[in-house]
Amino acid sequence: MCLCRHRPSVIGARRMSFHNVLKKKFTAPVQLGVMGRKLDPTNQVKRGPGKKARKQKGAETELAKFITDEETGPKRLSSRARKRAVKRVHNLKKPKEVAAEKAKKGFTDENSKWLTPAKRKRKADEAESEDDSDDLWEKEEEEVEEEQQQLKKGGKEQVKKAAKSGVKQVEEEDDDDDEEEEEEDGDNDEDDDDDEEMVDDYGTLEDGSGNEAAAAEEDDSDAEELLPIERAAKKEKKLKETMGLESDEDDEEDDDDDDDDDVEKSDDDIEEEDTVQTNIDEMDAFRLPGAEESEKEGVLPLDLKTIHQRIKDNIEVLCNFSTKREEGKERAEYISLLKKDLSTYYSYNNFLIEKLIDIFPLSELVDFLEANEIQRPVTIRTNTLKTRRRDLAQALINRGVNLDPLGKWSKVGLVIYDSSVPVGATPEYLAGHYMLQGASSFLPVMALSPQEGELLLDMSSAPGGKTTYIAQLMRNTGVIVANDANADRLKSVVGNIHRLGVTNTVVCNYDGRQFPKVMGGFDRVLLDAPCSGTGVIAKDPAVKTSKDEADIQRAAHLQKEMILSAIDSVNAESPSGGYLVYCTCSIMVEENEWVVDYALKKRNVKLVPTGLDFGKEGFTRFKERRFHPSLRLSRRFYPHSHNMDGFFVAKLKKFSNVVPTAPAEKKEENSEASEMTEVTESPQKNPSKTVKTSKTVPGKASGSKGKAQANGTSGKEKANIKSKGKKDSPAGPKKAKVAKMDGETVKGPEAKKPTVKTTPSKADKKEGGQFEKKQNKKIKSPMKAKNRMGKNKFKKLKVILQKEGGDIE
Amino acid sequence: MRPLTDEETKTMFEKLSKYIGENIKLLVDRPDGTYCFRLHNDRVYYMSEKILKLATNFSRDKLVSVGTCFGKFTKTTKFRMHITALDFLAPYAKFKVWVKPGTEQSFLYGNHVLKSGLGRITENTMQYQGVVVYSMADVPLGFGVAAKTTQECRRVDPMSIVVFHQADVGEFIRNEDTLT
Repeated sequence: MCLCRHRPSVIGARRMSFHNVLKKKFTAPVQLGVMGRKLDPTNQVKRGPGKKARKQKGAETELAKFITDEETGPKRLSSRARKRAVKRVHNLKKPKEVAAEKAKKGFTDENSKWLTPAKRKRKADEAESEDDSDDLWEKEEEEVEEEQQQLKKGGKEQVKKAAKSGVKQVEEEDDDDDEEEEEEDGDNDEDDDDDEEMVDDYGTLEDGSGNEAAAAEEDDSDAEELLPIERAAKKEKKLKETMGLESDEDDEEDDDDDDDDDVEKSDDDIEEEDTVQTNIDEMDAFRLPGAEESEKEGVLPLDLKTIHQRIKDNIEVLCNFSTKREEGKERAEYISLLKKDLSTYYSYNNFLIEKLIDIFPLSELVDFLEANEIQRPVTIRTNTLKTRRRDLAQALINRGVNLDPLGKWSKVGLVIYDSSVPVGATPEYLAGHYMLQGASSFLPVMALSPQEGELLLDMSSAPGGKTTYIAQLMRNTGVIVANDANADRLKSVVGNIHRLGVTNTVVCNYDGRQFPKVMGGFDRVLLDAPCSGTGVIAKDPAVKTSKDEADIQRAAHLQKEMILSAIDSVNAESPSGGYLVYCTCSIMVEENEWVVDYALKKRNVKLVPTGLDFGKEGFTRFKERRFHPSLRLSRRFYPHSHNMDGFFVAKLKKFSNVVPTAPAEKKEENSEASEMTEVTESPQKNPSKTVKTSKTVPGKASGSKGKAQANGTSGKEKANIKSKGKKDSPAGPKKAKVAKMDGETVKGPEAKKPTVKTTPSKADKKEGGQFEKKQNKKIKSPMKAKNRMGKNKFKKLKVILQKEGGDIE
Repeated sequence: MRPLTDEETKTMFEKLSKYIGENIKLLVDRPDGTYCFRLHNDRVYYMSEKILKLATNFSRDKLVSVGTCFGKFTKTTKFRMHITALDFLAPYAKFKVWVKPGTEQSFLYGNHVLKSGLGRITENTMQYQGVVVYSMADVPLGFGVAAKTTQECRRVDPMSIVVFHQADVGEFIRNEDTLT
């Protein structure tokens, strides 16, 4: 079956270049011998994508969209078809005449001279090389027929013929760029045997055609001009076209196609064609795979290219769902397929993909996932305590480091593009002139904007990058308390602090949650909370598969505890500060906005602008959750949009040291507390629900009681809630409640903390006492009394409530 | 954390004076506040009074480091300077040695300084005098002990050692675990 008849324009275009090639071939005989098939490496470089691109099937289908229809426009084609039809008619009428004419015209070797002048005239007229080449093509066709009849010669002859005709064109034809020609030289200065081989190569790719050899030749020459990927795309385009035209010109085809084509080849071609055809289908209209197809997939996994293409198409459909959807298919079906494909292609677990789909619009999602596949640029921070950025840059450039300033927003950052020496071991590094630090780590410190002479706390400081940045902003004045829960990681903090010449630091090893007891009254606190690390997947790809709902909840719970203790450590009365910066390297809403929202409800803090003029606003609403509107003052940073690690920064100002104890707040706390433990079971519950009757609170708490509890803390909290529920009789007047609640809110955290403590030591107890002294004295005594009472009461109440809870349940 | 005993103070100051001589008193009497030495986990830390007071908040086992670590007392009650003290030695050093750029790296890997790598040396350096080693760009790289006097250094063959290595900034990476 011959399809190539119907792609004359493209082939014509190829032929032109083929002429060029041949021209070169004959004009530069010296090079031929020298270069042979081996290309000069310098020439090879210019070729573009290279072998890999040739392998990618996905890209050619994609590219086919971009290649303009200029050569293959249906109108032109039809005109050509008309011409051809005319010729055919001519042919049919008096084939002998034609033969005679041909002999006369001389499309044989000798007469091929003739071709070019005619061509040139045409060119001048139409300024379209395709058409005249098309004409050529026609003639060639005829020639071939003639040959078949007369000589029964193979492709070799044709090659030679074509080659000769090319030679004659040497002077007239416009040249391509020199480089291309050189390349062409390299590839084409073979003897015919090699060409024959090439014919075979492309012959298999090419669909079966009467002029197999010639077409292959043309393809061959074309190959020099076009990138393999482009070639493939064109081929596809052509094919599509042919499909469309096939019906029109079927009969003609039959006439022409009785060639000396190999049978095997045409078989191959049919197969080839089939695959291509399916590709086109996918391209034209994306459709969901049926049940049996997906079943098949389970057995034979699809290759990644196909999946990638499918993701793209799927997203395109989802972005214009109303117009591009397949009739009768739900959005959910598309989404579920997308999820499956994404998790296969990027090897995420389903949970994380679902979370990411929730966070990002679909158009951004793939960008984000792609960005996670590549490393962020290496950035360093100048240690202004020891040097200046300009001096450092100069010193590093002298060592063969290629660098640039990080951006307008940082005066100390440098981006390292490449380096001939390890950037982490240069004498400058060892001398403490800079610190290797991700761009995103600058942000929380900039947001914190520490002032000279202040007392600061860095709650989880390892490995000391942010701590030392704070120190350099404070110019080694004031005091920084660098804490971290992990003693091993503190070694790097100590090392970095000393290396960078920071002298105002106390390094200690506490659990961050113990903090207000150990020491309070800080002017500013930086809380770089431990998190799931979903923003730094590029750094640690293990996150892709290792995290699940429980991990996120665990991290969020820890973060909530830490943010409260961080807030408690801040001194709101500080003349210069009273700020807390909360940041995580996670992009999960549960670990960011939700935690901050929780803190807003639990403590007298408000969000203030971070002072970072870029980054995306934090979410104020996410799925079913509604957060405080001021959360848009927080900032999110993403790998794909800011080329730094995924990051979240929120700056809080504490406006009162009093721990809020209002009744409304009280109830919120309870709902929060119960929810903290319950989240996994009932995520649809809204944390920002404010007013609940006292009846509902115990009900919920007891409702959740039967369910699995992660730790003792939650158990205690629930006990707390229940006991209170008991006390707060539904009919009780609000004012009467307040007094009780005052005691209890304080008791809540008090009761919670001892259980949280991992290693309660003597010192802790002592400091606990100190802390209590520091606490608001008005509420101190009732609180203590309640506390004592509470402990005993709890157990009793627990028992009672368990019975009751059973009833309720 | 406790103040140093007289004996400890004496040992430490003797050691310190090998590098910075009488400039020690500049360390103790500073215009910007009172600074003092404290012993914690056998290590001597140099800090301002302000930090000292705050550091009392933390229990002994939880406190990792305060201010700047100068060195540690060995079990045999000798005092050993750490590279972390370099920030305070370098500005007050009496005798200095500059090494050529090619030798920088060798010194940072813990090797002695050979005559061939010696760029400059302070006049009148005595043998076994504590010296601070600089790169030619005046970046302090570490400290050591002069193996030869300045005069001898002029005459010796290129492969002989002129400065014995004691500490270098490469230890921030090599010995991060044992610094404090």
